[in-house]
Amino acid sequence: MVMLDIHNLHKSFGGVEALAGVNLHIAQGEIVSVIGPNGAGKTSFFNVVTGFYPPDSGEILFEGESIVGLESSRITEAGIARTFQNVRLFLNMTVLENVMVAQHCRTRAGAFHAILRTPFLRREEAEIRARAEEILSFFGTRLVGYRFDQPALSLSYANRRRLEIARAMASEPKLLLLDEPVAGMNPRETAELTGLIRKLRDERGFTVVIIEHDMRVVRDVSDRVIVLDHGVKIAEGSYDEVSSDEAVIEAYLGRPAEVG
Amino acid sequence: MITIDMRRMLRWGMTAGGVMTFTAAVGMLEAFEDRLLIYPVLSLGYLLLLWFVPVAGYQSSNVAVLEGMEAPPRGLHNVIAGAVTGLVGGVVLALFAIVINAFDLRDVFVPFSLKLVGLLTYGLGVPEGLPYAVLAPAALGLVGGLMHLLPASVRRRVILAVEWVVVVALLEQVFSQILRQIRLEVVADRVFTLKALEWWAALAVAALVAAVAERTRGGFGRMRERLFAGDPRQRTRNSAWMAVLVLVFLIIIPQLLGSLLSEVLANVGLFLLMGLGLNIVVGLAGMLDLGYVAFFAVGAYTVGVLTSPLSPRFTLEWSWWAALPVAILTSALAGLLVGTPVIRMRGDYLAIVTLGFGEIVRILFLSDWLSTTFGGAQGVQNIPGIPLGFTEVSGVGPEGVLYFALFFVLLAAWISWSLQESRIGRAWTALREDETVAAAMGINIVRAKLNAFIVGAILAGFAGALFAAKLGSVFPSSFELLVSIIILVVVIVGGMGNIPGVAVGAVVLIGVLGGPNLPGLLAEFAEFKLLIYGALLVFMMLRKPEGLVPSVRRSRELHADELTQDAWLDKSGTLAEAPGGGRGAG
Ligand SMILES: Nc1ncnc2c1ncn2[C@@H]1O[C@H](COP(=O)(O)OP(=O)(O)OP(=O)(O)O)[C@@H](O)[C@H]1O
Ligand SMILES: [Mg+2]
Repeated sequence: MVMLDIHNLHKSFGGVEALAGVNLHIAQGEIVSVIGPNGAGKTSFFNVVTGFYPPDSGEILFEGESIVGLESSRITEAGIARTFQNVRLFLNMTVLENVMVAQHCRTRAGAFHAILRTPFLRREEAEIRARAEEILSFFGTRLVGYRFDQPALSLSYANRRRLEIARAMASEPKLLLLDEPVAGMNPRETAELTGLIRKLRDERGFTVVIIEHDMRVVRDVSDRVIVLDHGVKIAEGSYDEVSSDEAVIEAYLGRPAEVG
Repeated sequence: MITIDMRRMLRWGMTAGGVMTFTAAVGMLEAFEDRLLIYPVLSLGYLLLLWFVPVAGYQSSNVAVLEGMEAPPRGLHNVIAGAVTGLVGGVVLALFAIVINAFDLRDVFVPFSLKLVGLLTYGLGVPEGLPYAVLAPAALGLVGGLMHLLPASVRRRVILAVEWVVVVALLEQVFSQILRQIRLEVVADRVFTLKALEWWAALAVAALVAAVAERTRGGFGRMRERLFAGDPRQRTRNSAWMAVLVLVFLIIIPQLLGSLLSEVLANVGLFLLMGLGLNIVVGLAGMLDLGYVAFFAVGAYTVGVLTSPLSPRFTLEWSWWAALPVAILTSALAGLLVGTPVIRMRGDYLAIVTLGFGEIVRILFLSDWLSTTFGGAQGVQNIPGIPLGFTEVSGVGPEGVLYFALFFVLLAAWISWSLQESRIGRAWTALREDETVAAAMGINIVRAKLNAFIVGAILAGFAGALFAAKLGSVFPSSFELLVSIIILVVVIVGGMGNIPGVAVGAVVLIGVLGGPNLPGLLAEFAEFKLLIYGALLVFMMLRKPEGLVPSVRRSRELHADELTQDAWLDKSGTLAEAPGGGRGAG
């Protein structure tokens, strides 16, 4: 079943065409990698899908319904969550609070319940907390225990990336968009996170789209690879197909004329 | 090696001279020379003139010692540095005296009178008194320098004792009132003469403070650590107990204070109420609202119009209780109306637009167009108090208003706290941290911001309703921009985002200095209130931007660099210790 269906998506910034007519689809339960050289438009693709920028033209269907023009909070509510290439945590909130706050659109208690501290609120707060702790335990022991109450800014870079994934998971999405999740991690941490990305799909049932430059990660996790260059899709297929594709090699290495 | 840093001394000396000249030039010396603090030696005017000199004398040779480093030896050079600093300051002041003696600048600068020259030269005039004008600061600078020779613990105690003497003398009114209320008139009459502390009493207070400090030996600090360290749950429980104690204290205190001081505290309550509301908008949701007074005005006018028999249009003469829900409703509505158009703006733009809205509201109340309803410049008069069955609470009996304000403050504090500790509060915090990301995490930005605006408006509306009943009349001039600014200063100085912080801010600023058109404990300062507010604000921004009682999050924010550094040091430390830590497995 197609979960995300994108037709002829355009987005330009001034003179730069970040997306120049992208067509692609993501099926439920897939892990899809989006690769491409720097400036290919990968992050722009995420930004447009999650409502950070409206597309200039084109159609984005999520589970059959158009999400073009929706507020980004509505898109998250619909079931798409993301992480950021340049990690953007709520640095002064604690690790636990970061994950708790992301459950906002899945919880209901309003001001009335909060002020009267109703049983409904207490139950919901306890659930929010328990769910946050459970999600953080997905990363083993790295983000649990005393880490719960530490501010996010005290975390190491790798842990910040993990926390960002946890935060995205907390909004209970169907589709997870991860923007370079292993950037800046050492080989061991990369290998660990590669395993976790598979588990995100296998155990948690998320459909995952991942932007990644590390080809070993791409090879290990992807069911399918989509290659973008200059805002258009230049190839699509399994890792092996894509990695031997002429156009892809050219995009990465440059055209012969430019090389020569 | 000991060097005397000439440039540093000169800098501190000039600063001291600047502070003294400024104090004299704005007229503080003249205004307060009659107000004796310590009988018969020290008046408030001279205290204000000279207090900074010993501080500068101390600072001019004070070397910040990093942890683990050895402090440079202290000795005569400290004393000399202090004296020179004072001397430089004194020269600046003497020059100032010569200038105002030689030129008549009274037309432009009212305080530049011959009387001021007399005061600056200790009654001897130019030139006879000039040596004294120079030498007095020099001597005080020397005293500041001498402080270096005392062991740190003694120095702390001396400073503490001096601070207490000044506080007791300044707050003579409070102390003598309490003494009288507990039937110790005799003591009050002996200790205080002409509103000033007798010199021997001052010495006694100093000795007492030093003795208590000696006995407790930082016991308070340790107690506080024990109370507020611990795990967060423990901490909340202890804070709750503290709150109960404070509450009991607050219930007793009006009985001790008498009506004048209760009046002051009631004003504190009103501003605290507004401070708590603004704290939600600015401190939690991070929206700088400079038109906050508008909601206060809406609350006050609603109650005025509905309850007063002299209300220009309606003669409903409702009871305050019936008008209160309407006032809350109208202020919430005002919050919605102001909030909706400005919600998309950020930072400075929001501040400017809300400032404009605040003024628009005041001008509407003042306008001829609406004067048939709101009475224009005359406002609404004869607003009755709050009927309480057996009695009526109004400005005539400030104790009643105080209890009332207290009740609403507690209510407001509860509302702020419980919202803060819920998903709504978390959404506000996220919003303040990063609006775009908060939206991407599923938070409806518009709704979250409107929530904050409306809750803030409601609390201000409460305060307004209470204000109307307390004062008995409302005028447009009670709702000037200055009120918004002062509430903001209360929140900033106290500690943004932190309920106890706002309370401390309100007590210190509104209680001690006084609010706009409202006297504080130091009613003398009325004329210079805004100057002091400004100075305090600048000082806080430079030295303690997180406020007197900072919220954990806020101080994290402001000291993020240090924290990351600590964390890094921490980690590299543990990595080095842990066997096989690091990247052995790779
Ligand atoms: N907000 C923006 N304003 C202006 N130009 C933008 C903006 N966002 C992206 N661009 C431009 O669009 C193009 C695509 O950028 P994008 O960030 O999507 O690339 P990317 O594929 O994610 O690259 P990288 O691998 O470096 O992250 C670039 O030329 C970039 O400069
Ligand atoms: Mg990118």
